[in-house]
Formats: sequence, C-alpha cells, structure tokens
Amino acid sequence: MTLPFAIIAGLTVGSAIAAVSLRNLVHCALSLVLTFAGLAGLYLQLNAEFIGFTQILVYVGAVSILIVFAILFTRSTEPKDEPSTVTPWIGVAVAIGTFLTMAVSILGSPVSRRAAGPMGEVSVKTLGQKLMTDYVLPLEVMALLLTAAMLGAVIIAMREKEAK
Amino acid sequence: MAEALDQFPITLKHWLMSQASGFLPEWLLVLLSFVLSISPILAVFPLLFALTTVIERKGLGRIQNRIGPNRVGIPLTNIRLAGFGQFIADGIKSLIKEDLVPYAADKVVHFIAPITLLIPVLLTYSVLPFGRNMVPLDLPQTGLLFFFALGASTELSVFMAGWSSRNKYSLLGAMRAIAQMVSYEIPLILSSLTVVMITGTLSLTAIVENQASLHLGFIHGWNLFTPWGFVGFLLFLTAAAAEANRTPFDLPEAESEIIAGYFTEYSGFKFAIFFLAEYLGLFAMCGLGITLFLGGWLPPFKFLDFIPSWCWFLGKLCALIVLFIWLRGTLPRLRTDQLMGFAWKFLLPMTLINLVVAALWHLTGGAVPTTIRWVVGFALLAVPYWLLGRGFEASVGKRVYRYAA
Repeated sequence: MTLPFAIIAGLTVGSAIAAVSLRNLVHCALSLVLTFAGLAGLYLQLNAEFIGFTQILVYVGAVSILIVFAILFTRSTEPKDEPSTVTPWIGVAVAIGTFLTMAVSILGSPVSRRAAGPMGEVSVKTLGQKLMTDYVLPLEVMALLLTAAMLGAVIIAMREKEAK
Repeated sequence: MAEALDQFPITLKHWLMSQASGFLPEWLLVLLSFVLSISPILAVFPLLFALTTVIERKGLGRIQNRIGPNRVGIPLTNIRLAGFGQFIADGIKSLIKEDLVPYAADKVVHFIAPITLLIPVLLTYSVLPFGRNMVPLDLPQTGLLFFFALGASTELSVFMAGWSSRNKYSLLGAMRAIAQMVSYEIPLILSSLTVVMITGTLSLTAIVENQASLHLGFIHGWNLFTPWGFVGFLLFLTAAAAEANRTPFDLPEAESEIIAGYFTEYSGFKFAIFFLAEYLGLFAMCGLGITLFLGGWLPPFKFLDFIPSWCWFLGKLCALIVLFIWLRGTLPRLRTDQLMGFAWKFLLPMTLINLVVAALWHLTGGAVPTTIRWVVGFALLAVPYWLLGRGFEASVGKRVYRYAA
C-alpha cells in the first residue's frame, strides 16, 4: 500500500462516512462529491486516465449539480434540531450484512483467482472502437434510455405550464 | 539565435536543474522540477490578470468616452505610469481589507468555496502547450478531457459560494451561474469535438502539431482556415464567454439585478480570489481556443517562424483578451430566457451541424477539389445559420413580451 493510495482511500472512505452521517443535506451532498473525486483519484492510480477524468466530468461536474438542485428544490436545507428518533442499529446491521455477503461472494468467486491477463495498449481510440463495434447495442440502449428520460423531463416541465 | 530564444525557458530550466543536481538529493530534484514547471504559470497568468484589470478599465473607459484609471504610479514620486500602478494598489487594498463573513453563513463552506474555485482553474493550465516543447503536463491520451473535467468541477464551487452565503442574491446568482454553465458546456465541448474528429487525438500537443502543415507553401494550416474550423471557433468563443461569465452572458453577477451574484457576500481577499479565478478561467478558455483553432504556438506564416513560439501564444492570448474587453464594452446583457434559448435553440443545432460538416470535410479530403469542399461546407453552415437566427423567427410575427409572474 503506497502513501498516495492510503491518502486517497482514507479521503474516500472518510467523506463517504461523512456523507451518510452529517445532519445538513447540502453538507452530505458536498461530502459525496468528495467521495466521487476520491474514486476518480483511485482510477488515476490504476492508470485508467480516461475513466478517471470522465468520472470527474460526469460525477463531480454533472451528477453533483443534479443532487444539490434536487435538494434545494424539494426541501429546506436547515437541519432539524430535534434528535433523530429512528435507531440506527437496524441500518448498521443491514449494512454489515450486505458488506459480508458481497465480500464472501467476491472472495469466493473464480474471478479473483484467475491470473491477470496481459495489459494491452488501452487507448481512448481502442475504447471508442470497442464502443462502436462490440458494445454498440448497450451504447444505443443507453442513448435511448437517456433520450427517453430527457423527453420525460421536458413533458413534466411542460404540463406544469398548461395547468396554470 | 532564433532557436535559442525559442527554447529559452526549457534551457533555463535544464541549466537550473543541472546546477542543483550537484547538492540536492534525488527526491528533492523531482520536486524542484515540478516547482520550475509550475512557477512560470503562477507568475505569468496572475500578472496578466493584474494588467488586464487595468487595461479593461482603461479600455471600457475609452469606449464609454471617459478616461479610466490614470493616477496611480510609483508612490512618493510624480511618475504615473499612465495608471498602471493601479493593480498593485488594488491588490494591497484587498489584502488589508476586513474579511466579512455573514453571521448566518455556513462558515466552513463559505471559506472553502473560493479555494475550490481557483484550484481547478489553475490546474487547467497544466495541459496547455504554451510553446514548442513547453507543456507542463503532457497527457497524450486525455489532455482535452482533463481540461473539460476540471472546467466542469468549478460549477460546484459556484454553488458552494452562493449557497453558503445565506443570501438570496447569492443563491439566485449561483442558480443562474449553474444553469448557464451546464447549458453552455455542451456547445463548448461539441464545438471542440470537431478538432478531435479531424486530428484523431485528445492530446493538445498533437493537435497543435497537426496544424503545422503548410497551405500554398507559406500559410500554416490552422484549423481556423477551414469552414468547420472557422464556424467552430466562433461557436467555441461564444460558449467560452458564457462559461467564463463574460458579457453578454454575465447574468450570474449582473450588478444591476443581483448585486454581484454568487460572491455578493465575499469581501477582501476572498473577493479578489473570485475575481482572479474568473479571469484565469477566461484566459484558460482562450488558451484552449488558441490551441484548438488558432494553431497554438504556431505563427500564421512560415516566414514568421523566427519569432519565439511562446510569444505567438501570448500574443494570440492578448488579442483574444482585448476582443473580450471590446465585446464587454459593446454588447448588452441577455435575459435569462434569451440566454437559454440561445444555447439550446441556436448554439446546439449549429454545433451538431458543424460536426457533420467536419466529418464531410474529413471524408472528402483528396477526392473532391478544395474549392467545392469550401463552397459545400459553407453552404451547409450558412443556410442553417440564417434559418436558426432569422428565418424561423420571421414567421413568429409580433413580438410578445413575457414577464416573470
């Protein structure tokens, strides 16, 4: 474990914990953005430049904006003063259970025992060519999904106007 | 001689490194190399910002038929320097001014926001090629993506500043800024994509080197000198002005409506940092535009090669800055709905058509005579331009004014 990895991993885990434990929703969202940035750092550590910068472009640049807009438009960001009445232990138990299940299944799967394949020359060009040839169907399906989502958003926005 | 002057910053760095290698340990040398690459950026561009503030005020003064700052020179003497001491006085003023933080503000976020705005902006400079062999961080796979990724992460800092101030003007300004930046990011990236399509790389150094080919034996093949490049550059410049919140897209900080937008509640040096980050962002956008369309550090003509490459980059940058000052003195501010309509109904279709034109240009290369490619390319761009800009609007009829309810 190298020092940069330790710093980035610590930052990612710490901000992820902050994202679920802070009382102010906007603070939670900002911590979550730090987690996204930390993940991008981990990708860069693995020499996955393209996916690392795309992570920043999409998650830090766009998804985070979506989250804070959603928070601002739907509720007040003032933290409530009264202590939370829900006991956290059920959530903790579920989280530990999920983590254990995933850890056991990942460690037990044959993927981890398989020797790592030879690292090919992975460039942005090969990524693009793969997307346009071998993985063109998933790409198109995603494009269709996103277009449908956008049209849906436009229709929701238009209905509000007609009701006036 | 010309060669030596051209590579002067590189040779200076190598000389300093060789001097230091005698007595410094290995790890410190690596650090020194980083510092030597970074310090020119930190010295040149903030200084350019300082000079730009004076030139902008003087230029706007000229446009508005007044004089502008012309008093501050060297203290305790009568030397005025035509007012170019102004930025030092401004800097000292903002350093010693009281730093006011609103009582209700979210102190931590309020403090972090200017820092998280300035750092990504400074980082974008690391991939720009300032001259031949002069790029601090060469990313052969992802240079352009790096630039856009960091550019996109400034939006959140704007939100942090606006939200944490606990002020309705700040929040309004932040909302305007985010809506604007998200909208104009799409035409910005799509207009740069034409260059990536033609050159087939995301490396900014390779993009500049690709423009070194000669036309007619003496003109360098800048991307500007093609139909898609010309239109792409104009679209890029428009979107860049909006990304950098420059007039006519300065709604996020419209003084007459919402005081100063998202940094209303900042004073002293934090305000200066916002100011600095905004201008550095504009310079970085200009630098990217120069790299993509205006041949980077290449001179326009072959016989001008004797002028050092970094002079060309800085010269083009200064020309674009003057253009933006001129635009600021000329154009009025848009309304929010006009701003959004312009981005989605004009810029976005134009960039998409430009992508098609760039693809046609690439595919017909060598097969079809250049004149025909030019005529077809321009026709494919000019007709939609007229239709989107004028034609569709003419059928609308009498203008209806709508006001916020």
